[in-house]
Amino acid sequence: MIEPKYHPGEEILLDYADGSLSEPTALVVATHLALCPWCRRQVAELEAIGGALLEDEAPEPLSPNCLIEMMARLDDGSGSGEIRPGADRLPTPRPEPAPAPADLIRIPQPLRSYLDAPLERLDWRPVMRGIEEVDLGLGRAPVRTRLLRLRPGAAVPRHGHSGLEINLVLAGGYHDQRGRYRFGDVVVDDDSVDHRPVADRGGDCVCLSVTDAPLRMTGGLRRILNIPLFRR
Amino acid sequence: MVDALRLALPFAEATVRQWWRPRLSAGLATLGAMLETGLTDRAARGRNLDELTLAVARERSRPAFGALFGHFAPRIKSYLMRLGTDPGQAEELAQEVMLLVWHRAETFDPTQASASTWVFTIARNKRIDAIRRERRPEFDPNDPALVPQPVEAADRAVEAGQETARLRAAIGALPEEQAELLRLAYFDDKPHSAISAERGIPLGTVKSRLRLALERLRRLLKEPV
Repeated sequence: MIEPKYHPGEEILLDYADGSLSEPTALVVATHLALCPWCRRQVAELEAIGGALLEDEAPEPLSPNCLIEMMARLDDGSGSGEIRPGADRLPTPRPEPAPAPADLIRIPQPLRSYLDAPLERLDWRPVMRGIEEVDLGLGRAPVRTRLLRLRPGAAVPRHGHSGLEINLVLAGGYHDQRGRYRFGDVVVDDDSVDHRPVADRGGDCVCLSVTDAPLRMTGGLRRILNIPLFRR
Repeated sequence: MVDALRLALPFAEATVRQWWRPRLSAGLATLGAMLETGLTDRAARGRNLDELTLAVARERSRPAFGALFGHFAPRIKSYLMRLGTDPGQAEELAQEVMLLVWHRAETFDPTQASASTWVFTIARNKRIDAIRRERRPEFDPNDPALVPQPVEAADRAVEAGQETARLRAAIGALPEEQAELLRLAYFDDKPHSAISAERGIPLGTVKSRLRLALERLRRLLKEPV
């Protein structure tokens, strides 16, 4: 199995681990993690740092009844933690789709649970010649979370970005003047990037794409995030 | 009459036992937690946090849970307050987090992460769920589509259980300006640019300090004990 070559970069992984990434970007990162044992290791380390910082926190005194209440809740089946308390306030997670036939592209979790059908049966809408999309309806405008499908050789017109764009390659591949991206790669582009991606020949290219992502970090260093920083 | 009593007695006994048992163990747990908080962590050191979590998983031990609660709940409350949650809600959410600890203790794997790390991830996700009202996308380790680790990570020199202690020592040894930025990254939602503006430190310096801190901690995790 070929492991991805382009990674989200340390700052994005840190924001994923410390919980500050918004859901669309976190979805891209988590799906990449399913495909990238190396980034999983990085996130585990960053979470361990979070654990050490929690341990270092000065304890905040609890109200006198807190423990008694807590112990009473252990017996109270209705407050079971197995059902997420507060789940009723959240959009209902879509049911798990039937397992995809082996000949279809295997979509890893957590992305799979965000799709209501196998890739081929999704409601693909044409964007322009050779390019189709499925909008996952995730994130507040102007953020868009989409699956993009490019026919072999399809070219996206030269474009810049008004915000941050993050792509995860799920099938096939594409290239631009900076590199060639394949299965599992994460490509981060910011407004300083003016590029013209072209799908590789030999098969459709499918990407999970988040545009205008509100990342916590701002500033001019985003471009370097896309460099595979931690090559082994 | 006597017969009726004889019939009723075991029932009454059972009822009393049923009533007392949870209360007795709750009492023990209270005592455990009081000792725990009162004796500044001595109890936690006696029986470490990983063992306590395993005792909850294996025996549904209430005293062990009480000790975990005494240790973690005040820290979770502090963590949530730093992130802007008011004290009342922070305490309520700390209870919710500990309830998840109680119910999900079987999923705790001490070879993967220490109890502190595990609790941190639960608290982080609970906050995303309850405060931000978002789902937390996470990969599924049992997903057949997951690309497995090629070989058991050889660079992992430190056992998960010791990781937290070593990291704490290392964080303590960081230059203060690095340690502070690290805490801000985990315990503050502010963009790095806002941190930079507030403290009058150039953005590039914020990022490079953070990167230096992470590098140092990572290197430490790879060093043999």
